[in-house]
Amino acid sequence: MARVLINLPARAKRGEVIEIKTLIAHVMETGYRLGPTGVAIPRDIIQRFVCTYNGEKVFGAELYPAIAANPFIAFFTVATESGEIAFSWTDDRGQTQTEVRQITVE
Amino acid sequence: MRALLLAVIAAAAGATAVAAEIAPADRRSGYDFAGPESREMQDDDAANPGMLGVLQGETLWATPAGTAGRSCADCHGDARAGMKGVAGRYPVFEPVLGRPLDLEMRINRCRTEHQGAAPFAWESEDLLALTVFVSHQSRGQAIAPGDGAELRPFVDLGSALFRRRQGQLNLSCSRCHDDNWGKRLAGAVIPQAHPTGYPVYRLEWQSLGSLQRRLRNCMIGVRAEPYEYGAPEAVALELYLMKRARGMPLETPAVRP
Amino acid sequence: MDERSRERPTRRLVLLTTAGLGLAPFASLAFASPAAMEEAIRSLVGDAAVTRGRVKLELPPIVENGNTVPLTVTVDSPMSEADHVTAIHIFNEKNPQPYVAAFALGPRAGKAVVSTRIRLADSQQVTAIARLSDGSLWSDSADVIVTLAACAEG
Repeated sequence: MARVLINLPARAKRGEVIEIKTLIAHVMETGYRLGPTGVAIPRDIIQRFVCTYNGEKVFGAELYPAIAANPFIAFFTVATESGEIAFSWTDDRGQTQTEVRQITVE
Repeated sequence: MRALLLAVIAAAAGATAVAAEIAPADRRSGYDFAGPESREMQDDDAANPGMLGVLQGETLWATPAGTAGRSCADCHGDARAGMKGVAGRYPVFEPVLGRPLDLEMRINRCRTEHQGAAPFAWESEDLLALTVFVSHQSRGQAIAPGDGAELRPFVDLGSALFRRRQGQLNLSCSRCHDDNWGKRLAGAVIPQAHPTGYPVYRLEWQSLGSLQRRLRNCMIGVRAEPYEYGAPEAVALELYLMKRARGMPLETPAVRP
Repeated sequence: MDERSRERPTRRLVLLTTAGLGLAPFASLAFASPAAMEEAIRSLVGDAAVTRGRVKLELPPIVENGNTVPLTVTVDSPMSEADHVTAIHIFNEKNPQPYVAAFALGPRAGKAVVSTRIRLADSQQVTAIARLSDGSLWSDSADVIVTLAACAEG
């Protein structure tokens, strides 16, 4: 499980636009770097990032090797209701890591 | 033979006047020479990639290891309290070995001597994570390596190495970092080389790295053969750099280009 | 990342020419070019017109290190049901691939502002294209100068 840092407010007012910052530990190997023997190190990146809010997708990102290691993605969403905001990162092999945070909306 | 050579260098250093160290009032952290975006990245704990290492270190701190089945927490308690002020004192003199150890070496010594675990490899993710976690507990505290007489010969050696011309480019650390800080070397501004934020998230590495790794980079930069990890020269240089930076606050984990 | 995988004796003999991607200049790989970026944009938008405006692409004009470059893209939009940004695409000229990222937004975003960190192999132009809910396309470009880090493994 890669280390993840997610920053979002625990509480918000209904309709408030909140900022979410996410950081995940990942090497984002481009596939272009040559290893010590001169053979290219195989590509290994996070391809897709999705944020859902009580199950509904509110933000998505398709990432390419041009995204720096330890991908940082910050975006906004409207605090519509209390519930779960889920974040998932999917890599080249199709493996997904999901993190969930609770938000209380008054 | 090598010990003799190092002793000669140290003696020579003691004999010559110390070439102008930066006046305390003029000392600036690498933070001041970094661009605004790098500074912003460092200042925001939610965006500082080094904090991922701190998070990992926090988990490792509480994880039992080795034949003793002990975690760091079992002996040292809560790191927030127990490790406050620790990193700024390193490298410290280890009486059993008769020489200074830096924080990474101390952590590995704890692993072998007290946990019965294998030492972490140099620059391994786990060692960096634990080191950055421990150092982070001293963020904001002044760098203050010890003043004991037993450290004196090692400080002198470090000082001599800092002033020694080396490599194909025949440059000493002092030439750039004492005499030409603030000026540009190709596109990059030359900082003063104070270890204010180690382990540091270096953008060039796209990862955390130790001071020893950074020093190896410097030496490759002047086309010199870099010191092996753990070499006495490396630790002496670390000690001297910390002495040279005494009083400056720690910023771990810093972000640098 | 393992330092050892980046240290290769041959690299020390070569003057640094490319930042960021740790590439050996003599490696046989084709870099993107302004033409490749054009083609990638064409394959996204087809024949549709792309108007410069409403999008603001923020990158440091002088990049300290091409390995990690903070980027923020903002689109001037009310982000309402009727009028919002559906996607933002980022392209570059000189990396091996013209694509950088594609972001999917909608009215639930509240604000069309996204930040991330990218890799840039050389001084070049980066372009952001936003698609709005009415199908229109807007863009902004930024020219960045990428400097090399002092004293690195290579």
